[in-house]
Amino acid sequence: MSEIEERAKRALNKKAPFGPDVDLSEYELGFLKGEKFESAEEIPENFTKEVEKVGVSSKSSSLGYFQVDQSALFSMSLGEGVEILPLSEAMKKYKWLKDRYFKLVQPDADKYTAFSALHPAEGYFIRVREGVKLNIPVQTCLLINKEGVLQNVHNIIIAERDSEIHILTGCTTGAHSGFHLGISEFYVEENAKISFTMIHHWAKDSHVRPRTGVKIERGGTFINNYICMSEVRSLQSYPNVWCEGENSSAIFNTITMATNKSYIDLGSRIFLRGKGSRAEIISRNIASKKGYMIARGHLIGDNPECRGHLECRGIILGDGVIHTIPEIEGGYEGVELSHEAAVGKIAEDEIFYLMSRGLSEEEATSIIVRGFMKVKIPEIPRRLKDEIEKIVDESTKKLM
Amino acid sequence: MLVVEDLRVEVGRKEILKGIDLTIGDGEKHVLFGPNGSGKSTLLMTIMGFPRYKIIQGRIEFNGVDITEMAMNERVRLGIGLAYQHPPSIKGVTLEDIIKICSRKERIGEEERILLEKLKMPTDFLKRDVNSGFSGGEIKRSEILQLLLLKPKLAMMDEPDSGVDVENIEIVGNAINELLRGRSGLIITHLGYILKYVDVDFGHVMMNGRIACSGDPHKLLSSIISEGYSRCASCLR
Ligand SMILES: Nc1ncnc2c1ncn2[C@@H]1O[C@H](COP(=O)(O)OP(=O)(O)OP(=O)(O)O)[C@@H](O)[C@H]1O
Ligand SMILES: [Mg+2]
Repeated sequence: MSEIEERAKRALNKKAPFGPDVDLSEYELGFLKGEKFESAEEIPENFTKEVEKVGVSSKSSSLGYFQVDQSALFSMSLGEGVEILPLSEAMKKYKWLKDRYFKLVQPDADKYTAFSALHPAEGYFIRVREGVKLNIPVQTCLLINKEGVLQNVHNIIIAERDSEIHILTGCTTGAHSGFHLGISEFYVEENAKISFTMIHHWAKDSHVRPRTGVKIERGGTFINNYICMSEVRSLQSYPNVWCEGENSSAIFNTITMATNKSYIDLGSRIFLRGKGSRAEIISRNIASKKGYMIARGHLIGDNPECRGHLECRGIILGDGVIHTIPEIEGGYEGVELSHEAAVGKIAEDEIFYLMSRGLSEEEATSIIVRGFMKVKIPEIPRRLKDEIEKIVDESTKKLM
Repeated sequence: MLVVEDLRVEVGRKEILKGIDLTIGDGEKHVLFGPNGSGKSTLLMTIMGFPRYKIIQGRIEFNGVDITEMAMNERVRLGIGLAYQHPPSIKGVTLEDIIKICSRKERIGEEERILLEKLKMPTDFLKRDVNSGFSGGEIKRSEILQLLLLKPKLAMMDEPDSGVDVENIEIVGNAINELLRGRSGLIITHLGYILKYVDVDFGHVMMNGRIACSGDPHKLLSSIISEGYSRCASCLR
C-alpha cells in the first residue's frame, strides 16, 4: 500500500472542520458502460443539454474534457501546446505525475479526501507547455447523471513557465441527489498564468465538497472565479493557495446565492510567502428563502513585503442568513493586509430611486441585486464574462 | 394639474409639513423658496410618494385623480417626475442602466446621445455607477437628463442650481427650460439663479412647514435676498 493510501486510511473517519457531515456510504460510484468518444459530436444529447446551464458548449471546438459520473467520455488536446487527458491515462503515461498527485491537497485532510484517495478517481489532466499562450477558454465539464452517485473527481492542472490558459469548468447534475467530491491541484510555474472559471449548478439534494490546492511560483498568477447560483443541499470548500514565488499573485472572485434552504460555506486561504506576493479575495453573496451562507477568507502574510485584500459583501433577501468570517494575519512589519465586510438588506433609498424612474418594487430590487453581484472580473474573455452575467441575471430574476 | 390640500406630513414621528395648500395649473411653473429645514424637500418627496413621508392629513390630486395613497411608480406613470437634491448611488447600476430605465429602451439611441451632448456629459460617464463619485454639478445634470427622458407632465426639481458653477448653470438652465416647455414645473431654489433661464409664473415661501406667502417669484426673491426670511416670517402671522 502506498504512503498516500496509508495516510488516507487513517483519516477515513476524520470529520471535516466545516460543513455538515455527510455519510458517504449512502452513495456509490457510477461507471458508465461503453467507450470513449472520439469527437465531441458523438456525446449524447441528453448529456450535452445538461451542461449548457453551466455555460459549456459541446459544439465548441475548445471543449477539452467531458466526464459523466465516474467515466471520462471525451478528452481532446488542443494542439501540441495544451495537453488534455483523463487523469487515469495521464498517470499511466507520465511517471513523474505521481510527484504532483496529492501534493497540494492532503489525502488525510478529512474523510472526503481520504475517501477520494482510496477509490478510483477520474478527472482532467491539463498541461500547458512552456511559453504557450491560449486565448480561447478551454472548456471542461463534469456531470452527475445518475441518482445517488458519488462523483470522485481528481484534476491536475499544470501551467509551465511563461504559459497562459483560461479554463472554464462547468459542474452540474441531471439527478436530484448526488455527491460531488473534487480534488484539484493547480501548479502555476514561473511567470505562468491560469485563469480558472468554475460554474456550478446543483440540485436540491446535491452535496458538494471541492478540495483545492494551488501553488504559484515566481511571477505566476492564478485567477479563480467561482459562480454558484443554483440551490444545493450543502456545499463546502476552502482552497489553500500558496503564493510561493516572488511577485506571485492570486485573485479569488466568488459569486454565490444560498436559496431554498441551501447551505453554502465557502472561502479561500492564501499564504503570501513570496516577496512582493499579492492576493485578493472578493465575494458577493445573496441569501434568501432560508438559505445559509458562510463566507470565509484568510490571508496570511508570511513575508515582509506582501499585500492582500479581502472583501465580503452580502445581501439578505427575506429570511436568509449570511455569516462572514474574514481573517487576516501578518507577522511582519510591512505587510499590507486589509478586509472589509458588509451584510444587510438592500437600501430602501436605492429601491425608491429606481421606483421614481418608473420601476416596480420587484424590478427595482432585481436590478439592484444584479448590480451588486457584478464583480469586476479582470482579464477574462468576453464570452465568459457574458456567460457569467447571463447566469447571474437569470438566477436573480427567479429570486423575485 | 396638481392640487395639494391641507397636507400634513410626518417623518419619523415628527410633523414636518403642517398644512400645505398648493395648486399648480397646466403649464404653470412655480418656484419654492424657504430656509434650510423648512420642509421643501419633504413636500416634493411626499408628492412623489416616498412611504417614509407619512401623510397624516389632507390629500394630493393629480389631473383629477386622488394620488394620496398611490405607489410611487404609478405616480411616475401618471406623469410626475422628480430630480433629487441628494440622489443615492447604487453599486453596479450604471448611468447607462438608469438612462435605459427612464427612456424605456433596450439601448441608448439618438435622442439619448443628443441629450448627453447638450448636458455636456461625455460618454465615459455611461459606464460609471450612477451618482457614485459624481461631482455636485454632475449629479444635477444627470438628474435633469433623467427627467428629460421621463418626460413628466409635472417636473419637480429640488435645488437644480445649487453648487453649480457659472458655466454649468447655463447648461442646466437651458436644459430645464427645454424640459419645462409645455409642462408644469415645481422648482426649489435658494438663490434663484435658475430664474435667469426659466420663466416662472409663481413663487412660494416655505417657513417651518407652512407656505408663508405666495406671489411674483422675482419680487419674492429680491425681498429674500435683501432682507432674508424675516419678512416672510411676519407674513405668516
Ligand atoms: N427621517 C427624518 N427623521 C427626522 N427628521 C427628518 C427626517 N427627514 C427630514 N427630517 C427633518 O425635516 C425637516 C425638513 O427637511 P427638508 O429636507 O424637507 O428641508 P428643506 O426645506 O428641503 O431644507 P434644505 O434647504 O436644507 O434642503 C428638517 O428639519 C429635517 O431634519
Ligand atoms: Mg431640501
